[in-house]
Amino acid sequence: MFRYKYMFTPFFYKLKEKKVPTSITEWMILMEALDRDCIHNLDEFYYLARAILVKSETHFDQYDVAFQEYFKGIASSPELTEELIQWLLDPKNRPELSPEELARLQKMDLEELLREFEKRLKEQKERHDGGDYWIGTGGTSPFGHSGNNPQGILVGGPGGMRSAVRIAELRQFRNYRSDVTLDVRQIKVALKQLRQLNRIGPEDELDLDKTIDATCKNAGELEFKWKRPRKNTVKLLLLMDAGGSMEPFADLCSQLFSAANTLGHFKSFKYYYFHNCPYDVLYSDIQQRRGESIERILKVLEPDHKVIFVGDACMAQSELIDRFGDIYYHGYQKHSGIDRLKQFKRHFTHVVWLNPEHSVLRTYPTVQMIRKLFPMYDLTLDGLHEAVKKLTTRL
Amino acid sequence: MALKNFEQFKGSSDYVISEPLKNAVNVSIVLQRPLLVRGEPGTGKTLLAHSIASALDKKLIPWNIKSTTKAAEGLYVYDTVQRLNDSRFADKDVSNIKLYIKLGKLGQAFTAPEQVVLLIDEVDKADLEFPNDLLNELDEMTFYIPETNETISAIHRPVVIITSNNEKELPDAFLRRCIFHYIEFPDPQLMEEIVKVHFPNIKSSLLKESLESFYSLRKIDELRKKPSTSELIDWIQALMASGLDAKIKDGDIPFLGTLIKKETDFDHYVSHYIRKKTDNRGYKTYSN
Repeated sequence: MFRYKYMFTPFFYKLKEKKVPTSITEWMILMEALDRDCIHNLDEFYYLARAILVKSETHFDQYDVAFQEYFKGIASSPELTEELIQWLLDPKNRPELSPEELARLQKMDLEELLREFEKRLKEQKERHDGGDYWIGTGGTSPFGHSGNNPQGILVGGPGGMRSAVRIAELRQFRNYRSDVTLDVRQIKVALKQLRQLNRIGPEDELDLDKTIDATCKNAGELEFKWKRPRKNTVKLLLLMDAGGSMEPFADLCSQLFSAANTLGHFKSFKYYYFHNCPYDVLYSDIQQRRGESIERILKVLEPDHKVIFVGDACMAQSELIDRFGDIYYHGYQKHSGIDRLKQFKRHFTHVVWLNPEHSVLRTYPTVQMIRKLFPMYDLTLDGLHEAVKKLTTRL
Repeated sequence: MALKNFEQFKGSSDYVISEPLKNAVNVSIVLQRPLLVRGEPGTGKTLLAHSIASALDKKLIPWNIKSTTKAAEGLYVYDTVQRLNDSRFADKDVSNIKLYIKLGKLGQAFTAPEQVVLLIDEVDKADLEFPNDLLNELDEMTFYIPETNETISAIHRPVVIITSNNEKELPDAFLRRCIFHYIEFPDPQLMEEIVKVHFPNIKSSLLKESLESFYSLRKIDELRKKPSTSELIDWIQALMASGLDAKIKDGDIPFLGTLIKKETDFDHYVSHYIRKKTDNRGYKTYSN
């Protein structure tokens, strides 16, 4: 039915404009579906185009918005044009039309009607309900829905069913939406590169080559040879700033955390929080102020842990270099923040700093000072990849 | 309009299906592309494949994915150890490698003499790269076995249904090739039909009351695991067997344990919704 499938092309760009991640491949599948007569009306188009083009319910809402904007007002006009031609070319085949209606229909000739329709379609920019000129619902214009012009053209989904545009208007998937720059999977994939495979653990993997060799030497008498499985030996220590200035990046940080935590890829994964800068204590639970002293942490954790700091590194200079810089804790403090960071640098072989804050702020004095200690990267996909590369370089 | 050249899936008597899902199934059959189904647990993702198989009278090959499943296992496994073992005894001919090549689920689906329905269940359980490793095989429906210099290609392209619980994100390249459907939680109307399929003789009063209670329970946002269809079915079965009615009196729900499975949820419900009664021994009771 949709022989004029190319008329949908602007819809593809509309989807792109609304940031629905869809590709040419998927668009071609939709075209194939149209070619194969899988779609017969706008309702089916709505669902099937969604099934083919959109691959996550988190993007359904953007799809709904795009669909609404594209088809609203000119509701189902592509279908209509085709339907219209079919219908008007052979009006006798429409049993619903009584002879009187047919006679009335013929008052306006087909070409004229179509031309007029196209003209108004071009002029019309928005939805019109009622009135006697624009295409829309109600009213006495010859074009529209539920109107009462006998020569009128029905614009809209099949009667009795929910029209697709109305379904799109409901935007049921608004709550599923997640506009994220960096998703958990991408972080996971980046973190997966953090690996050093070594043969550790019990010898429980069959070494086929050696078994065959040994069996041959044994004159065919089977002799099994085992080897240790290859396992990732990377130990990761994630230290996250949970200070006030990090609030806007809380989601991003929690994604990074959940990616690292659920990956199950590391030999060990430890994480702590700090406020602005690590002082005497690192917190395993910032709300409960439950934590461990840095002395203890540095004693327990081997130097081969890969350390990732996450923080904006923006603070008052006094907070970094003063011994009483901790603004959340008024009391005796053994070392200043910068000294603590230097301890980390001395103890661990691989340390990087991920900064979610815009690169413009990198001229900030405390950022500069921390950058001298640790290589600093943006908390973006590219930055993460670079940081991982840095962490895996051999010394 | 009738679709030509293929059998159309219309749902089966024991599986209630929404119009959009039905269309998605049919389009994936026509376009010969995998259908990826996602949705809340208990919305019948896995059952869909069973229903398609029985409605179209095709054999179902289920492939249940676990965290240790490797993509290559779906194609074939070369049992070298068995062959090595057999080589020690004279009674078996080990020169024929073919005898030690065992086709995986995908391989079985390709070589089946008739079109089959292949269910790749819970694809997100496996490793992140698992779906990518299957891209070419699912696209071309063919793979090569170097050991025997054989190429296995599908005699009939199987209908492929893939389910996911969204535990892991799936790679884009994989998604691009699929038709996607998100099964929403059924609205009360559809749920009524679903319940009737399971209990054709259910009393209308029980049906109405149980659904009301069920949906009001689902409205509690604090529940970490909201009861789903399968729990509702179990609950109704328990109600019918016991003859109790489903109305919530003073927040009391009979057989609450069939609906709420998590301890924290149970505690939350009991402490917030049940008006506490104390018996003469001073114990709190949750009597019916």
